[in-house]
Amino acid sequence: MSDPSLLALNLAEARDGLARKAFSARELAAAYNDAVAEAKPLNAYITPTPERALEMADAADQRLARGAALPLDGIPVAVKDLFCTKDILTTAGSHILDGFHPPYESTVTDKLWRAGAIMLGKANLDEFAMGSSSATSWYRPVENPWRRPGDNRPLVPGGSSGGSAAAVAARAALAAIGTDTGGSIRQPASFCGIVGLKPTYGRCSRWGVIAFASSLDHPGPMGRTVLDVAIMLGAMAGHDVKDSTSAPVPVPDFTAALSGDIRRLRIGIPNEYRVDGMPGEIEALWQQGVEWLRAAGAEPVEISLPMTKYALATYYIIAPAEASSNLARYDGVRFGLRVEGNSLDEMYELTRAAGFGAEVRRRVLIGTYVLSAGYYDAYYLKAQRVRTLIARDFAEAFELVDCILTPTAPSAAFIVGENTDDPIAMYLNDVFTVPANLAGVPAISVPVGLSADGLPLGLQITGRAFDEETVLRVAQILENAASFRHLPGFIAGGRG
Amino acid sequence: MALDKATVAHIATLARIRLSEEELEPLANELSHILTWVDQLNEVDTSGVAPMASAAAASLPMRIDAVTDGGCREAILGNAPRASRGFFTVPKVVE
Repeated sequence: MSDPSLLALNLAEARDGLARKAFSARELAAAYNDAVAEAKPLNAYITPTPERALEMADAADQRLARGAALPLDGIPVAVKDLFCTKDILTTAGSHILDGFHPPYESTVTDKLWRAGAIMLGKANLDEFAMGSSSATSWYRPVENPWRRPGDNRPLVPGGSSGGSAAAVAARAALAAIGTDTGGSIRQPASFCGIVGLKPTYGRCSRWGVIAFASSLDHPGPMGRTVLDVAIMLGAMAGHDVKDSTSAPVPVPDFTAALSGDIRRLRIGIPNEYRVDGMPGEIEALWQQGVEWLRAAGAEPVEISLPMTKYALATYYIIAPAEASSNLARYDGVRFGLRVEGNSLDEMYELTRAAGFGAEVRRRVLIGTYVLSAGYYDAYYLKAQRVRTLIARDFAEAFELVDCILTPTAPSAAFIVGENTDDPIAMYLNDVFTVPANLAGVPAISVPVGLSADGLPLGLQITGRAFDEETVLRVAQILENAASFRHLPGFIAGGRG
Repeated sequence: MALDKATVAHIATLARIRLSEEELEPLANELSHILTWVDQLNEVDTSGVAPMASAAAASLPMRIDAVTDGGCREAILGNAPRASRGFFTVPKVVE
């Protein structure tokens, strides 16, 4: 029987405990393996890897015993099932990757294992990371460990990194990695009451991450605290020659940036994020965030990001266009599902019809259309030009301010099955998160309060390219001021 | 922009996704709804604005032209639904 009290520790505390030999990596891994099993009803994991976790823990214990501990030695993490893991089933939440066992390891997971981290399993997600609810997975929806008090209906964890977020929130992982193409780390972090960071484009390698929209996909960390996320990012980041868009820039010590001092920093408050229909409580929490940062000595500055209202439409041209190209590789020839046909074309068509779910199919068709002859200029090129203007908005804002404070999402978690009739209603979840993907700038979501119906809400800090340090520093001020200590209705190991 | 059933059938063929006749009408409606919504971008004056393809540096890095990987045919074929004698196999293409 493992010790459930270990599950209450955050990453930094667990690391200290391991270093002090208060418990072993194997004990910690065993506690998390049991937590993963206990959390099974949430469906946060597609493939748990408990034996791998124990093997890795034993190796970590040997290093700890000889005083040669690595930065993440013994830390059990969940891996979004979009990262290729050598010889371990990797699905992207899609039927079309049935049985795919990658012959290689993604750069980011390789870095984590080289830093001593322990793999608990592959976390569930929206199919090919396309969605905001983690409900489009071929492996069934993920449930949020949070419920509205007095209401037993399951809620979505957000998406697409919803399995990663639900696992961290439910204490079925100490930290996790996700990917963020239009908000897929930050929105689920907000819905599940945890911290999620989308780094700068190029900060973390995309090599071995199953591609959705290559110019918008960002691997990043998710955790219980800002410090935990800073520690994770340090292990994940760095130049990779295998990703031509990976940035050859040094990796700073992100934890050293958490100085607690934001005096004289200028914090932009963009007027355009006051969107129609946003609940008053989110507006109020945003204002509270402004006051917290002001109290810490920062200077709030009203700014304008006039192209914000066009970000979603821009995204929903560019992302499907890139997806339609990236997903052309799923043809029944080299990996995954194959539905036989009488001709090569028939095999392709039947395989892809059977293998792709409704949202993926919708996006591949939209992408094919906007890239097709006669429409390329009107849609795709037009969207790329608007993208330039959106990036310019940020560049101009960052001449005036050091970072930008906004809500992360326009709502709290919604009920499983809501927002499924109208794709655009689902897309609106990403209204505050998509602009940072288009511009490639870093952004973090921090849990700061509860909605009137008892669900977590996050605020977002967006910063200059390659200035995750300021983003993290300001985020920790919010974290400390909010001192969010609420727990979801379900946590592994109980509340004892 | 509204798409008719024939256009949906055409782009489905381009995308190599088989659709049944019954699927065309609902998909035409869904896709038209999305395309009408993205038409709002026409409000934006983008004359003289260069398109942005990526947030990464505009030029690709160069490296030494040397073999850095390979020799792993079995590992690659290991995931193939059908493989034979070192090749992927597909339905007969040439009569």
